[in-house]
Amino acid sequence: MPGPQKFAGDVMRPRSAVWLALGWVGFALLPWFAGSGTQPALAPPSPGPAGSALIDGLTNGRWWLLAAALPLILALVATALPRLHARQPAILLASGAFGLAWVAAQGFAIGLNGWAWGWLGALFGPLPLGQGGFGAGAALTALSFLFLMTNGFAGLGFMKGDRFTAGAIGLVLAAIAAFVFLPVGYVLSGAGDTGSGAFSAAALWSRLAAPDIWRLSCLTEAKACGVVWNSVFLAVMTGIATTLLGLAFALVAVRTGFRAKKLLRVLTVLPIITPPFVISLAVILLFGRNGTVTLALADWFGIPVSRWIYGLPGVLLTQTLAFTPISFLVMIGVVQGIGPSLEEAAQTLRASRWVTFRTVTWPLMRPGVANAFLISFIESLADFGNPLILGGNFEVLSTKIYFAVVGAQNDPGRAAALGIILLCMCLGAFWVQRQWLGKKSYATVGGKGDNGIPSQLPRGIKIAAYATALPWAAFTFVLYGLILFGGFTENWGRNNSLTLRHYLAAFDLSWGPGGLIWSGRAWGSLFTTIEVAALSAPLTAAVGLLTAYLLVRQRFKGQGAFEFLTMLSFAIPGTVIGISYILAFNQPPIELTGTVTILIVCFVFRNMPVSIRAGVAAMSQIDRSLDECSLTLGAGSVQTIRRVILPLLRPAIVASLVYSFVRAITSISAVIFLVSPKYELATAYIVGRVEQGDFGLAIAYSSALIVLMSVVIALIQLLVGERRIGRRTATPVTLQEKPV
Amino acid sequence: MTSAGNWIKSVGLGILAAGSVIALTATPAKAQGPLTVLCGVQEEWCKAIAVAFEKKTGTAVAMSRKSAGEALAQIRAESANPKTDVWWGGPGDPHLQAAEEGLTLAYESPQFADLQPWAQSQYKQSQGRSVGIYAGALGFVYNTELLAKRKISAPKCWADLLRPEFKEEIQIANPNASGTAYTALATLVQVLGEDGAFDYLKKLNDNVNQYTKSGSAPAAAVARSETLVGIIFMHDGINQKVNGFPVDVAAPCEGTGYEIGSVSIIKGTKNLDTAKAFYEFALSPEGQATGAETKQFQMPSNRKAAIPPEAPKLEAIRMIDYNFQKFGTAEERKRLLSRWDAEIKAVAK
Repeated sequence: MPGPQKFAGDVMRPRSAVWLALGWVGFALLPWFAGSGTQPALAPPSPGPAGSALIDGLTNGRWWLLAAALPLILALVATALPRLHARQPAILLASGAFGLAWVAAQGFAIGLNGWAWGWLGALFGPLPLGQGGFGAGAALTALSFLFLMTNGFAGLGFMKGDRFTAGAIGLVLAAIAAFVFLPVGYVLSGAGDTGSGAFSAAALWSRLAAPDIWRLSCLTEAKACGVVWNSVFLAVMTGIATTLLGLAFALVAVRTGFRAKKLLRVLTVLPIITPPFVISLAVILLFGRNGTVTLALADWFGIPVSRWIYGLPGVLLTQTLAFTPISFLVMIGVVQGIGPSLEEAAQTLRASRWVTFRTVTWPLMRPGVANAFLISFIESLADFGNPLILGGNFEVLSTKIYFAVVGAQNDPGRAAALGIILLCMCLGAFWVQRQWLGKKSYATVGGKGDNGIPSQLPRGIKIAAYATALPWAAFTFVLYGLILFGGFTENWGRNNSLTLRHYLAAFDLSWGPGGLIWSGRAWGSLFTTIEVAALSAPLTAAVGLLTAYLLVRQRFKGQGAFEFLTMLSFAIPGTVIGISYILAFNQPPIELTGTVTILIVCFVFRNMPVSIRAGVAAMSQIDRSLDECSLTLGAGSVQTIRRVILPLLRPAIVASLVYSFVRAITSISAVIFLVSPKYELATAYIVGRVEQGDFGLAIAYSSALIVLMSVVIALIQLLVGERRIGRRTATPVTLQEKPV
Repeated sequence: MTSAGNWIKSVGLGILAAGSVIALTATPAKAQGPLTVLCGVQEEWCKAIAVAFEKKTGTAVAMSRKSAGEALAQIRAESANPKTDVWWGGPGDPHLQAAEEGLTLAYESPQFADLQPWAQSQYKQSQGRSVGIYAGALGFVYNTELLAKRKISAPKCWADLLRPEFKEEIQIANPNASGTAYTALATLVQVLGEDGAFDYLKKLNDNVNQYTKSGSAPAAAVARSETLVGIIFMHDGINQKVNGFPVDVAAPCEGTGYEIGSVSIIKGTKNLDTAKAFYEFALSPEGQATGAETKQFQMPSNRKAAIPPEAPKLEAIRMIDYNFQKFGTAEERKRLLSRWDAEIKAVAK
């Protein structure tokens, strides 16, 4: 039958058919349940290896698995019968939605030992059989249902019929639901828990309104303020400091003739690749009461020795050291991306450099400034390692939550309540940022040509940028010199004679009868760490940039809510994430604890927001006309992303790959509950060393990690490459500058 | 130019690929053992006892070091489907809590008769779900260099800590965060009476420069000369001394409390026989000797075990009859901690 109707059907059928086929494979061929870990708990033991849903349902009496065949058959009929073409999208949508709902519902309702909730048993009578966690079969079938559903949506005209976009939105939403909502829901529902499992609004209220959270007594008398005010004050200060420093570094790196730019980049990236505690340790050894700098100042200038480093100043200093690089990574993409045309136009209109900077350049940098501030603000709120070591009596929310869970109080309900407050604060910051940015356009990378020479900075700004960036770079350099040196000293601070013993203890190799023996104490955790980081980084970048594409390039209902959801996991402190992952993923249907997967999943969803932010900042600079060009020329969404957007997004790709790789190596708070004896991570090991006071090995191990991460970052830069948008170096401008 | 660029890229890819291959194939270095143990003591000791157990029985042990609070939180979260077999080490309080919540398994060891009375009392109080493996007394650690420089005599009694020359020179952990500090709080209540203890703590507050979050942090701060005196478990101080720092420890003359480091088998373990074997090993003189081998100087609980010469002599320390039953309950704990919050924390700087 010729005609447009058939054409549309033909295009639709193959794609949906592929997913349908995969759904059948997952249902009938692949093992439905995961591994052997749950086997002993299953009753009666299934004959032979765990079978597919079809086999298990037919032979073992798990009849509820067979129900998943219904939507699969329905979808098959709709795809196979030409008569149903017009109805096909609606049928696909219905069967996908039903299948997905059924897989999830039976997974939650039937646990290891039968019904998961008592009332189900009361309703339907006892169930003699239990079931284990989802395996490959269940995962593939669920995925197939998801895409059948989104294809159905697209077929009905959602997203202008673009199956890729509909599918991507569905995938991101489903992933966020499973790996952010579900676990966080487990924890938050505990905020009103009275201790006996019952929910009480009064308990929730008394926890939320506790005076030690909100009191303002530090303003009126010499007492400590509430922990919320401490956190907010610290986060705002850190946000401002890191944003200014990041901006200064970005301006120096992009807009000046500064020679050692490469070195500058390396120096600013150093703190981000440093495992937690190490900066704090180095700062203590420099500025502590017995620190090198403190003693020198006391000797030379008679400045009295004090403990100023313990408390707000110390935490602020270390957080600024730690988060400036992230802010720099965000800012540099934005500063690089500002097209010179507008600035040239301003100068042609006889605006001075200063006026140009103030009225053109600065407003164009606003997305960068806002994003850099937002990230530092939230990072500071969620930071755990630095307040832990340097906080003194200065309490912040993140440490308070941690100790509410693990401390002598042992009150998870209180931790959950504090978690809710922290979450609200981060979301508030997010909202303010949106208000400030407004709905203006920041696109300057268009298809139109420009001369590609970035304009020079006004003199005052240039001096200010140098004066901020260079001393900070020097400070960072000294700190790192000390850290590297510290790994080679016998006992840093007391006995500075040189030794290799810390490195040997950590990374010793020896030859045994069976070949090479990794006899150092650090090898086990190092291999796991590398494996986890290498697997999670590309995943994070992919999910993050895909989400950024949906946010910037597509318009759909509920986009604001969608964006909000993607930011959630970033706003939740690591400790809460760690506990929530154990609660949610220790039992069926999604059983991940004690595996390496839980670490990878945790990192992907925890670091995804940074990847999204980097992508959004970079993508909002690229004019839509480029996509439209590509679409007009007949390319689809996928091809446009691959050929047009991705190459222009290289800085964002580098930023998110680097960030997620590095964070997977250096984060501690989220994984401290997730590392299992089989899968220990480097940071968890190093923290143990620090607690023990064995700084030598901790520093040696950290130095090795720093070197490793530097190599990987260099490789990522090399492989992804720079974006080429026809910017030339600024030298011609300086030559043309006429003598005034 | 481009060919050079491509060349660099392919070399880079090659290195990445090789790196990941190494990372994936080098896993034999990681333990693949069937027995999973959460360990509450210092990491060297964890590793040493795991290796010793493996050598003796041929069973590999996967061991992960967790603070007492972290371990309890994890065991509680996993309770529906436990992934851990044994919880070894760490103060007795959280082990008692786990027993109270029914997270651990009752088991009587044939070596029970060989144990010190305090180790047996842990067993009785936990209804057989936990037993003592070592004891550590609460005490002071001080920096000898700084004391000599300032010509201050070392503190010997709780009362000494109130002396004006220690103004802003003492560190102790926050009892809300640390089990060590809670033991100190409960000890003072038992030595001075509850009101007396809070009076004392209010005065002590003038001399405290920081309520740290981790219990052993004051020992590290004293070692690095960040503060003069710390209130800690004495073996933590001795550990710093053995590491070459100018510190010494003392037990308060009015009497002091102590912790009973304990071991428990997790309820629902899938390796019960191996777990029992590890439990027995942890109680045997041979297993307890691994502590001293790794410079950990707690008092072993098996009377047949050799006592390391560095260990603080429990006979020389005036130990109070610490009431674990009363001060271990969630109720009493909550009450004392909220009083501490209201009366001490509220006036802290």
